[in-house]
Amino acid sequence: MIPEIGHFALVLALAVAAVQTGLGLYGPALGDARLMAMTSRAASLQVILLSVSFAALTYAFVVSDFSVINVYENSHSAKPMLYKITGVWGNHEGTMLLWILILAIFGASVAGFGTNLPDSLKARVLGVQGLIGAVFTLFVVLASNPFIRLSPTPINGTDLNPLLQDPGLAFHPPFLYGGYVGLSVAFSFAAAALIEGRVDAAWARWVRPWALAAWASLTVGIALGSWWAYYELGWGGYWFWDPVENASLMPWLAATALLHSAIVVERRGALKSWTVLLAILAFSLSLLGTFLVRSGVLTSVHAFAVDPERGLFILGILIFFIGGALALYAWRAPTLKLGGLFAPVSRESALVVNNLLLTASTAAVLIGTLYPLVLEGVTGENISVGPPFFNSTFVPIILPLLLLVPFGPMLAWKRADALATAQRLYAAAIAALVVGLIALFVIEGSPILAAAGLAIATWLVAGAFVEIAERVKLWRGPFAQSMNRLKGLPRSAWGTAIAHAGVGVLVFGVVGVTAGAQERVVLMQAGERIEIGPYELTFEGVSLASGPNYEADRGSFTVRRGGETVGMLTPEKRFYPVARMPTTEAAIRTTILDDVYVVLGDPQPGASAGQTQWIVRAYHNPLQPLVWVGCIVMVLGSIISLSDRRLRVGAPARKKPANSTPIVDGASA
Amino acid sequence: MTTLNESLLIRLLTSVFLCVVMLITLSPGQASAYEPGEVLSDPVLESRARALSAELRCMVCQNQSINDSNAPLAKDLRILVRDRIVQGDTDEEVMDYVVARYGEYVLLRPRLAPHTYLLWFGPFIVLLLAAVLAVRYFRVKRPDSLAEEGTPLSEDERKRIGKLLGKPD
Repeated sequence: MIPEIGHFALVLALAVAAVQTGLGLYGPALGDARLMAMTSRAASLQVILLSVSFAALTYAFVVSDFSVINVYENSHSAKPMLYKITGVWGNHEGTMLLWILILAIFGASVAGFGTNLPDSLKARVLGVQGLIGAVFTLFVVLASNPFIRLSPTPINGTDLNPLLQDPGLAFHPPFLYGGYVGLSVAFSFAAAALIEGRVDAAWARWVRPWALAAWASLTVGIALGSWWAYYELGWGGYWFWDPVENASLMPWLAATALLHSAIVVERRGALKSWTVLLAILAFSLSLLGTFLVRSGVLTSVHAFAVDPERGLFILGILIFFIGGALALYAWRAPTLKLGGLFAPVSRESALVVNNLLLTASTAAVLIGTLYPLVLEGVTGENISVGPPFFNSTFVPIILPLLLLVPFGPMLAWKRADALATAQRLYAAAIAALVVGLIALFVIEGSPILAAAGLAIATWLVAGAFVEIAERVKLWRGPFAQSMNRLKGLPRSAWGTAIAHAGVGVLVFGVVGVTAGAQERVVLMQAGERIEIGPYELTFEGVSLASGPNYEADRGSFTVRRGGETVGMLTPEKRFYPVARMPTTEAAIRTTILDDVYVVLGDPQPGASAGQTQWIVRAYHNPLQPLVWVGCIVMVLGSIISLSDRRLRVGAPARKKPANSTPIVDGASA
Repeated sequence: MTTLNESLLIRLLTSVFLCVVMLITLSPGQASAYEPGEVLSDPVLESRARALSAELRCMVCQNQSINDSNAPLAKDLRILVRDRIVQGDTDEEVMDYVVARYGEYVLLRPRLAPHTYLLWFGPFIVLLLAAVLAVRYFRVKRPDSLAEEGTPLSEDERKRIGKLLGKPD
């Protein structure tokens, strides 16, 4: 009964979404305020209906109702409760239901927070949101319905892919979709603005919080996915340039560009047409990502839901929205008025360069991901495009951007003095040089590369500090006055500096692990020791262990550093009998500055009879934790920026505190 | 002033590109699936073998290099690469040998050839096109015209600014 309620609510939600589309797109044309007001209610109703639907599916998973095919195929009565619940979106049908639920939540949030939006713009935005919702809900109802029953009811389920039974991955999809789907709001705003024929500073101010929230969510989602790959796949790597990773990186890069170009529209009224295009592209890349992952058109470790027929349906949706939006853009964009002017050296130009490099790096990822597919389709030739390609195209395009980041916020709007800006950054440059030189003489191995990388990371972090110091005019007046300015500094300024520092922290991690990772693969017998980095590992032996739905060989290692015991590591080789799949559970001991990482391999007969040797892989990954810390810091920056009054969704027109504005532009003064 | 800025920009860009050249060989990810006994005892030969293995695809896997894969076929290929190296092949000869046996599909870094021009040059063409568009944007609106931007302040606005700045009217 409960699954039928869920099914029914799903179909109702489709109807409501269709109504919302009609009202939102026709209401403003008729100028009927009541019709337009109804779009907001439709958006709320859609959330309620889809929540009911989602709750019904969750209930079926929780009580292990195996008469529902989806539950039968993806769950098992012995599975821990956490994974019964997260299993709801650990499969194709459930994940698409989550997708449309999050879409509806974003739509209702626009309705709820957007009280200061002009009626017609709001109705049109909700109309476009409704259209996206209707099309995807139709897809769920017709092609990936999670509520279909099975008869007779099987006694037990076939279990969720054990690789997905993991806390890191459990919450990866909701955040990732928060990002993908959050970008739909920017898309809807862009489409609505094109229909209205007006893009102004207010438009950018409304769009930016949504783009920022989506960006933050996407960042968390990608970081969780990468973290999961790092500890669950047991290869010691965290980014593989896998097509599905690329599918999430592309919208992230485009969203990053969008955040920055929207600032120019908001502050200076320039780059309007480009920003609208970028909003369309960012969501288009999200749709492309959904298509690539859901259709299984690119095989990869992530393609656990391979189904080409559904792929065709999503491809149709993809062409409809991207093609439609681009056609609308081609038709309406020329009517947008050109905005403010600026000199080649100015904050605006810095943001243009940012967009230039981000766009080109997105293109590198896009081309690298799709090229083998297209080439095979056109000429039948099979080629592989792997990490070496991305390292020699993406990396050189993104590096200049990293070097230019500290300049951006220091440049004045309209026309800046490059020399003076460079002079203000001397402290960061000195810091970078010092760190680079220290690294050159301390670290063995590939010293020049590592030193240059660490110098760039320092440059980014120090640059962020200099930016704040400059804004409060530190050392250029009484200290107390600077502290006062610090208190008055708008949160968006803090957000920028913190997010940019986060990029630096991330670079520290990437450089550290790239240049300094050590790996040892040895056959070990109980009692033997190996050294890895500054650590010494003693193999204590292997014991049998069993979990709720798996059995495992669990190895024990005592970890010593400088003779002192600092902890135990217990890597496992698990076997899930229901899914008939083995997994490796790496054991990781992490400090903020390094990881020691152990994986237990297969047993081998020992030197003498009765003895067993185990293959042991041990890694020492210096600075690895900073990769995730960097992501957290970036997200922190975006959250602080989101809490800024000027950006707050639905905030009334800003009241100017008498002294706030000069401080905002302190760097340009 | 403008010329000074420009020369500074040029110097900046030059240093940027020097750093790019230095860092171009950096590659993230340090994964491997080696088993004891596979590794060559000569560290120079082994590091050559590692570098080559990172560029070779595990044919039966989904997007893994033979460095990272523990599939038997990947292991065979790792051993093959090491055999050729020990027998004195240059890096290029090893790769040619592997491609001759397994086809171009085995290369994770596709060779630069007419059918991959678009792949290799595509990203940089996009960068170039975008740069040309950006430069045109500046051409259309000369910075000299900055002074003519906007309309002068009205008497009302002038008064309000005076008030905000704390000056008497």
